[in-house]
Amino acid sequence: MQHSEAADIFNKDVERTTWHDETLWWVRQKRDKVAFQIPEWELLRETASQIKNNVLSNLHDYLVSFEEQAIRNGVKVHWAADAAEHNQIVLSILRENNINSLSKSKSMLTEECHMNEFLSHNGIDVIDTDLGERIVQLRQEPPSHIVMPAIHLKKEDVSDTFHEHLNTEKGNNAPQYLTEVARHHLREKFLERKLALTGVNFAVAETGEFVVCTNEGNADMGAHLADVHIACMGFEKIIPKREHLGVFLRLLARSATGQPITTYSSHFRKPCEGQQMHIVIVDNGRSTQLGRKDFRNSLKCIRCAACMNTCPVYRRSGGHSYHNAVAGPIGSILAPNLDMTKFADLPFASTLCGSCSNVCPVKIDIHDQLYKWRQVLVQSGHAPTVKKLGMKAMNFTFSHPAAYQLGGSVGRKIMKALPFLVNNGMNPWFKNREMPEPPSESFRDWYKKNRKK
Amino acid sequence: MSSRESILSKIKASQPEQRALPGLTGLNLQVDSVFQKYREVLTSIGGTVVEVRSFDEIKAFIKSEYNTSLRLITTLPELADIAETGWLEADPHSLSDVELTIIRGVFGVAENGAIWLTENEMGQRVAPFICQNLAIIIQKENIVADLHLAYERIGNEENSFSTFLAGPSKTADIEQSLVLGAHGSRSLVVFVL
Repeated sequence: MQHSEAADIFNKDVERTTWHDETLWWVRQKRDKVAFQIPEWELLRETASQIKNNVLSNLHDYLVSFEEQAIRNGVKVHWAADAAEHNQIVLSILRENNINSLSKSKSMLTEECHMNEFLSHNGIDVIDTDLGERIVQLRQEPPSHIVMPAIHLKKEDVSDTFHEHLNTEKGNNAPQYLTEVARHHLREKFLERKLALTGVNFAVAETGEFVVCTNEGNADMGAHLADVHIACMGFEKIIPKREHLGVFLRLLARSATGQPITTYSSHFRKPCEGQQMHIVIVDNGRSTQLGRKDFRNSLKCIRCAACMNTCPVYRRSGGHSYHNAVAGPIGSILAPNLDMTKFADLPFASTLCGSCSNVCPVKIDIHDQLYKWRQVLVQSGHAPTVKKLGMKAMNFTFSHPAAYQLGGSVGRKIMKALPFLVNNGMNPWFKNREMPEPPSESFRDWYKKNRKK
Repeated sequence: MSSRESILSKIKASQPEQRALPGLTGLNLQVDSVFQKYREVLTSIGGTVVEVRSFDEIKAFIKSEYNTSLRLITTLPELADIAETGWLEADPHSLSDVELTIIRGVFGVAENGAIWLTENEMGQRVAPFICQNLAIIIQKENIVADLHLAYERIGNEENSFSTFLAGPSKTADIEQSLVLGAHGSRSLVVFVL
């Protein structure tokens, strides 16, 4: 389903759409409040952007250095060219250790690779341990937001889901109560699971360490209680030096949720005695994106979701409408790289207002890239037929003055004499809008008349 | 060709021209009193700062504020009379019934309320996470203004595991309502000596 169709369905529940819109805008305002408390904020963004530019131009050497250090630290490093290889690597580590269940803390990469589905087909039980992710997992839905996975749900929905799966009191919607139940439910899982999988926020080339940020503490509870820890990362998570963590950790949580820092920013360097630690470095289209001059900057992303929280289209269409692991403006420039046909609609799901680029902590030119993707997609024949015909008609009209004048005059007459021909559901402009009063004459006619005077 | 080689060669062929690393000067946060700022920020994220002059005051606070009939653990010999100290080699799973963990922190960060902990301070990696409540002791002079100074201070230390810990565990995943005590500790008290 195209973004616009899914958004139509989302908007049918007016009250919920308004709530979604306002809640995300509130998160955006929290971001502003903490950002404005830091006078050097803009310099921080610029510095982060320049560090990431340096990373893109040295990825090869940084990855080699990271691997070398990680191996020296006693960590096993794996490389996956695509999603299938990533999933296979995780499965083989499970099989080697005779383990058939794992606890997972948030990793958008494993969503991108559809790892849960693959593992469960192979008889592995995967438990998501981030509260929001657990909620959507129980509902068999994907996350709708990369930082707040269940932001599309109301507490009544969560209460119903927990009543069905975790035996909570029917109708008890108190977030405190529901969270407490999840705490007990997941604590059992942390204590019994022998393998924990986490994502990676930053991987340091200089030291081979990686940093995982959570507020709940689920990554730490999982990793420190398991015999095997697997950390999965897209290769763009690399940063050059440890001191650069200072820049990124100052920006990440402030941009994401308006917090000064996440509760836990854990630096994993060596496995515990008797524990195994694995890192899976994944490409899955990233090296292709790196080669696209106009779009490679999307690899600077640190997954804070500020661009989603501020986006008027995301806020009023919901994350699921983007039918991709990463939704919103950043998802719309990452997705077409993976599949131009499947995701041709996403770069059009934007007003190009530029708010995303203004809040991005690493200064990705998001709205410019959305605009550029539109051109690439149309030129390579991926635009929908209606859009193609429309563009052709518009091109013809604008390049033939006579056709333009005729069209304008006919249009004005129709709007005056037969308004129902335009004021109906067939006309997308009429949705949620009144059509303007037709002017009695065009500017051209007016100019001709008045010029003579 | 292995995936490693093919990924790396593709990257080498695609990566853009060299861009220099920026300096990190001019980024520091100006703070009048790092202790005041630390207290203000930690309080705002759900933690509590308690100023103390001695370990006796820490013990008195713990006896009055926590249920001492439950399991208390510490890495500090000074607190051996009120909390267990013999758990360092135990199976980490056996810490699941800990009510309160009391450890030292290396230093605090005023701008975000975080405390730097390494495996040395934790005793066991899971100790500051698995407990119901957490108390960390830091010296008043060991608070830096911002994260840049924090990493300067950490330098090239080779810690197997370390963390910045800021406040109690929390979540807002249900309708953005903030709830303290997601999976980690429900509360955090920072004793400032």
